[in-house]
Amino acid sequence: MKIRNGNRRKRIWLSLGLLLLLLVLLLAAGAVSEENALVSDFTQVNQPPSIEHIFGTDWLGRDMLARTLRGLFLSILLGAGTAAASAGIALICGILAAMSKWADGVILYLIDLVLGIPHLLLLILISLALGRGFRGVAVGILLTHWPSLARVIRGEILQLKESPYIWTSQKLGKSRLWIALHHMVPNVLPQFLTGMVLLFPHAILHESSVTFLGFGLSAEQPAIGILLSESMRYLILGNWWPALFPGILLVAVVLSFQYIGEKLRLFADPAGAHR
Amino acid sequence: MILEAKNLTFSYEKDGSKNKQNYYKNIILKNYHLQLKSGEILGLMAPSGQGKTTLCKLLAGYEKPQEGELLLDGKPYIQKRGYCPVQMIWQHGILALDPRMRMKDSLREGGAVAERVKNGLGLREEWMDRFPAELSGGELQRFCIARALGPDTKFLLADEMTAMLDLISQCRIWKFLRREMQERELGILAVSHDEGLLKRIADRILAFPADTDRKAGEKRGERYRAKA
Repeated sequence: MKIRNGNRRKRIWLSLGLLLLLLVLLLAAGAVSEENALVSDFTQVNQPPSIEHIFGTDWLGRDMLARTLRGLFLSILLGAGTAAASAGIALICGILAAMSKWADGVILYLIDLVLGIPHLLLLILISLALGRGFRGVAVGILLTHWPSLARVIRGEILQLKESPYIWTSQKLGKSRLWIALHHMVPNVLPQFLTGMVLLFPHAILHESSVTFLGFGLSAEQPAIGILLSESMRYLILGNWWPALFPGILLVAVVLSFQYIGEKLRLFADPAGAHR
Repeated sequence: MILEAKNLTFSYEKDGSKNKQNYYKNIILKNYHLQLKSGEILGLMAPSGQGKTTLCKLLAGYEKPQEGELLLDGKPYIQKRGYCPVQMIWQHGILALDPRMRMKDSLREGGAVAERVKNGLGLREEWMDRFPAELSGGELQRFCIARALGPDTKFLLADEMTAMLDLISQCRIWKFLRREMQERELGILAVSHDEGLLKRIADRILAFPADTDRKAGEKRGERYRAKA
């Protein structure tokens, strides 16, 4: 096989490319399936998987394939947005914490505060306070997911601060801001990117679980969490398909992001760059 | 110009902490004096572990002495911000260069580097777009020297600068620095454990730690002083 000929690096890039392509296709399919996900057909209620409805239909006769794709679309969108915003907060906090002792104290306190409360609980509280829905979940996720990454970035920057090239830069008359932008950010960028991609599956799972528990997206939006919680009621009647397919696809998407994150981490490690 | 260190006392255990005992136990420099004039190469010789690098770090402002003064023409020169007129060159060039910065950007950090300096040190144009990991130790060291030779540099601290280079490179670099020193009245502190090298390049040689009354170093200091 041709793939075998490449080195490990090339093979990883190829697998990353394929995964990304799949995700993009998934997103595109989700984007066009909004109508189908909401149309109900009462002649086709609770149909098991068939050629016509590959994932079957639910209790209102809605096509589960369209609903699953739409749900993943919403989840990925929410996940991407919140992971990026959360990682942005983490980067800014990490840099500030490493640059000033005063800010460090405040940010460490905030990190401890947020990490001290169980994620899900805090997420539910924020979501409820903001009136649930897309906005509530989004703000909840982005306010609860930054501390662990901020701590990593802060640690990295503290370590960087002790390296001779940073000292030399200071003595060559460079300002703190210049050093932060030209030395620190490029050096924590790999950890930042990896952390951001790894936040992604976390965010998606939390969105699903909060929605599943009834504190997240509203019932008319076909989010994965909604699909799963609705399907619970029909599982006891032997309708396994409304739960199985969205569940499997959600796990697959989460795992693929996990995989992308792990592989990016591999590239980010300079020592392993030529492996 | 005269670079002066007066009564330097330094320990990595910070003074005023709970373990005063440790502070006194780990004193590296005590009441140390040093004078370096523009236009001379002063050799400083000591075996490993005697605080040569620490002295350089103090002179360049990377560490703060617990006691004593650092003066340039009688005025304190260590500031938190701005270009420091006393530049240090580290023993390992790779540590003093950002691994994710191209050489041309690292070189520019201290301001534009004169063509004369680039040519004198033999910096090739094709190295400019590379990263530190793609150059050898000697090549990196030349970049560090060129970077430290900004127009505002008055004194250069060479901490075992050429210890990891071959003889031909050593010779070339020191010849260049000597010329540079004469042309722009630069003062150079050459720190090394290699007596032969110092005898060839330095105008005068000091044993280190000569003026400290640190107990552990005293015996060795005596021996080196006798030789020099």
